[in-house]
Amino acid sequence: MTKTTIPVHLDVNGHRHTLQLEPRVTLLDALRDRLGLTGTKKGCDHGQCGACTVHVDGERVLACLTLAAQAEGRTVTTIEGLAREGELHPVQAAFLEQDAFQCGYCTPGQIMSAVACIREGHAGSDEEIREYMAGNLCRCGAYPHIVAAVRQAALEVQS
Amino acid sequence: MRDFSYLRAGSLDAARQAAALPGAMLLAGGTTLIDLAKCGVAEPDSLVDITHLKGLDKIAVSASGATIGALAKMGHVADHADIKRHFPAVSEALWQAASAQIRNMATIGGNLMQRTRCPYFRDPANFPACNKREPGSGCSAIGGVTRGHAVLGTSEACIAMYPGDLATALVAFDAIVHLGERRVSVDDFFLLPGATPDREHAIDPGEMITAIEIPNSAAARRSTYLKIRDRQSYEFAAASAAVGIEFEADGRTIRDLRVALGGVATKPWRARAVEQALKGKVLEPDAVRAASLLAVEGAVDNGANHYKIELAPRVVARAILKMGETA
Repeated sequence: MTKTTIPVHLDVNGHRHTLQLEPRVTLLDALRDRLGLTGTKKGCDHGQCGACTVHVDGERVLACLTLAAQAEGRTVTTIEGLAREGELHPVQAAFLEQDAFQCGYCTPGQIMSAVACIREGHAGSDEEIREYMAGNLCRCGAYPHIVAAVRQAALEVQS
Repeated sequence: MRDFSYLRAGSLDAARQAAALPGAMLLAGGTTLIDLAKCGVAEPDSLVDITHLKGLDKIAVSASGATIGALAKMGHVADHADIKRHFPAVSEALWQAASAQIRNMATIGGNLMQRTRCPYFRDPANFPACNKREPGSGCSAIGGVTRGHAVLGTSEACIAMYPGDLATALVAFDAIVHLGERRVSVDDFFLLPGATPDREHAIDPGEMITAIEIPNSAAARRSTYLKIRDRQSYEFAAASAAVGIEFEADGRTIRDLRVALGGVATKPWRARAVEQALKGKVLEPDAVRAASLLAVEGAVDNGANHYKIELAPRVVARAILKMGETA
């Protein structure tokens, strides 16, 4: 098949971009390789680990299983778009305070997932946090601190 | 992943026409299709993106039942107040499936088209033999590592397990798939592998799932989905059961019972023998346990999946007894 590209308009963290992409390019690869937004991580690349979690129209999704073309006309937020005027998002601050990571590779996905988890109202108890954060794996096993960070941030966001 | 052309469908008719062309596939949430394209299992020439179509994501619950648009997201259906109230097993099956991210992507129509997780099916580079991928090529799973393979509904050609949760709940409550004007029961929509495991669904080229309809019933209102798995969350079922129950006025005698199994069969598996054995009887633990053994009548294991034959009846019995307790 001859290589053809299509124009794809993306709205990422409030900035508009127009890219020429092969249709098979995922949102994850477009973010990392074309827009230089390498905060979103590639873990398994098969929808099993959650490292690539971003928000599309405010909902957490996996960028590795989303074609970039499918994100056209929608609003994409990545880990780079969370902080406001140099001030960390409460979930970012809580991850730092609770030491909720070791190697840090899964952390951007954890944080994007946690922001949505709290917004969805699924951070009411440790048990609920564990269930609704289950799509984000941490091979260092920092789960107890991750749960503590989500719990702390949920309280701060609600108050 | 092989490249393909990409078309964003502007209307339902345009989508159906484009998807009927050779090599074309519909693309909704993409959680199965893009994954399998990366595995080299799906090799579409063109993808027809239907996620921008309007009006196909509605959830309507009336006195007669629920109609769920094909593009409704799994997460939205799971959290829908009327679905929770009238069809708790459906909501529970959904929120126990996949992860929050995947539930925000995957659609209800796409969920029915989910493919097996058979590791041999998913790995064409290392296992060229797979009757589901390449009819007549053989089955790498038979004689292989079978811990996650089916024990019910298998054939000499294929033992791949149907992995979904939602359809297990749907088949218990006689749900109906809308293919435009055509209606097919969920039970008939999923095909047994037989000699043609490559054909999994009763859907023809040019057809598209437009909605799923679940009739109201007292058994559906009093229902649950019990899922047993190797880890507590974000895992496919080792065995699961969708159960709904309706009692007579005495609150003890079973008037209606619905039982379906997941994680053990080649398709969503309605266990009618269990239902018939208990209808008209008083709910009593020993009788429930004895009847639940009928759920795996005719089961055939392939070694490492033998445990499913013991596990499934226990899951069924536990789910029925749990529904009895809430009397």
